[in-house]
Amino acid sequence: MRRQGGKAGGREGGRSAARSHPSAPAPQRRGASAPPRTPALPPSRLSALRADFPILGRLIRGKPLVYLDNAATSQKPQAVIDAVSAFYAGANANIHRGVHYLSEQATEEYEAVRRRVARFVGAESPSEIVFTRGTTEAINLVAQSWGRSTLGPGDEILVTQMEHHSNLVPWQLLAEQTGAALRAVSITDRGELDLDGFHRLLSGRTRLLAVTHVSNALGTINPVRELAAEARVRGAVVLVDGAQSVPHLPVDVRELGCDFFAFSGHKLFGPTGVGVLYGRAALLERMPPWQGGGDMIASVTLERSTYAAPPARFEAGTPAIAEVIGLGAAIDYVERIGLEAIGVWETELLAHAIESVGRLPGVRLVGTAPRRASVLSFVVEGVHPHDVGTVLDDEGIAVRAGHHCAQPVMQRFGLPATVRASFAFYNTLDEVDALVRGLRRVRTVFG
Amino acid sequence: MASLSELYQNVILEHNRSPRNYRVMEDANRTAEGNNPLCGDQLRVWLKVEDGVIRDVSFQGSGCAISRASASLMTGAVKGKTSAEATELFEKFRRLVTGRLDPAESETLGKLAVFSGVSEYPIRVKCASLAWHTMKEALGR
Repeated sequence: MRRQGGKAGGREGGRSAARSHPSAPAPQRRGASAPPRTPALPPSRLSALRADFPILGRLIRGKPLVYLDNAATSQKPQAVIDAVSAFYAGANANIHRGVHYLSEQATEEYEAVRRRVARFVGAESPSEIVFTRGTTEAINLVAQSWGRSTLGPGDEILVTQMEHHSNLVPWQLLAEQTGAALRAVSITDRGELDLDGFHRLLSGRTRLLAVTHVSNALGTINPVRELAAEARVRGAVVLVDGAQSVPHLPVDVRELGCDFFAFSGHKLFGPTGVGVLYGRAALLERMPPWQGGGDMIASVTLERSTYAAPPARFEAGTPAIAEVIGLGAAIDYVERIGLEAIGVWETELLAHAIESVGRLPGVRLVGTAPRRASVLSFVVEGVHPHDVGTVLDDEGIAVRAGHHCAQPVMQRFGLPATVRASFAFYNTLDEVDALVRGLRRVRTVFG
Repeated sequence: MASLSELYQNVILEHNRSPRNYRVMEDANRTAEGNNPLCGDQLRVWLKVEDGVIRDVSFQGSGCAISRASASLMTGAVKGKTSAEATELFEKFRRLVTGRLDPAESETLGKLAVFSGVSEYPIRVKCASLAWHTMKEALGR
């Protein structure tokens, strides 16, 4: 299934997929342990992996695509595209209701992915894995099911100023609905959570801590395990937004000590329209349904229904079956490379980006926490991020410019917007250099 | 196929650096605020309208080069115009930036024609139009 590196050369023109540093050691991320002697993904391996992603061979405005918008969504390997397509071509049927062969096969493939996801995040049982449309829906599910049936006036929901709107707005809605109060841990100048503030805000009234594992706007990796441990000692339930961590770090929900963990398929090289909610069995079992429909019931009369056990209770209606199959292929793909290897390579990439972008005159990095993953947020003095984005786009470089759906983070740094370059394992040092050249051109255009 | 230099023409870069009529207007009788939630751009337009004529116009806010230069050039273009003329100019401008204006007609737009390159960048149409929408909203108050 996976094509080899030879194919990549022609599509990528003069740009080699990776560049070796013959004499220099791998740049080291500040605060990280000793650098690896050899890159986890050597150039030949990286070249082969890039060839797995058809879109990486595209030209944009006549130049090779440099895709640095991975925090928004990742590209898809051929293995994922093939899995979705093979399902439609050979196994498509509705699930959980079939008396026929195809339906049984589709159900088995769908449920196999549930088992796959359970192993991937370290859940105790596949019944702790609920498929959703994405991280946003997973968080809304917890807010509307667990939250509405549990919280009331006097209770507190603790979030952070670092959250993506998807881990903030559902709690604002819940606070309005239940009379619970919303509290937020602030961010330090470096872009880390203010841990003193966390300790001040955490109390016996805190019923829920909702925190992002990795900041989508700053890249900061939060000490989620420590935060979760302290919150749970106080009796709070802990939800971790893993949308930005799962593509970059190995995740084990039991090791993290969280009660809920949410992530999206499309940021993990899988299809759009599918996400995952991990929920600890003891909590899921007590939670009421939040959407009614087919597949979530045990029995229905005209007057009332009894509900299926988790996870079916939370999967009303026909789910995104093909997308779930695609997610399974994406997880297989990522695990074949290995998240440890991915982490080592991305650390090297980010270190190179921090160093080479950070030393450009007039460029200021936003978020300088020592522990960061794959996100470089910055502003160019005197040039609006949107204009930076347009000049880079003209060079075939895709970045995001804006508030990244994290307006409280922007407010914290007094900025309307930043430019964000976000990396995946398939990015190369040469692509970082292309970004640097693009930023020099920004200076030329805007003087 | 528009190039970057057609988008960022010198007139646009110059108005971005030194926007005209960039001030709060104390004696304005109309004002409105415009937002582009996509990129966080925000600006306020003030008008002094007397006998149906825009006697004075100013703006302030933060935004990209396109939205700032467009606001600056808009103030110059509508000053002295009647409400109807300003609205008509906006219609013409909107057709220009969405690539629906006859090239012959775009010559009648004067300096505003520098925004013709925007039509190749659909996502920037909102940036170029923000000040005009805000001006029109203020006119209607």
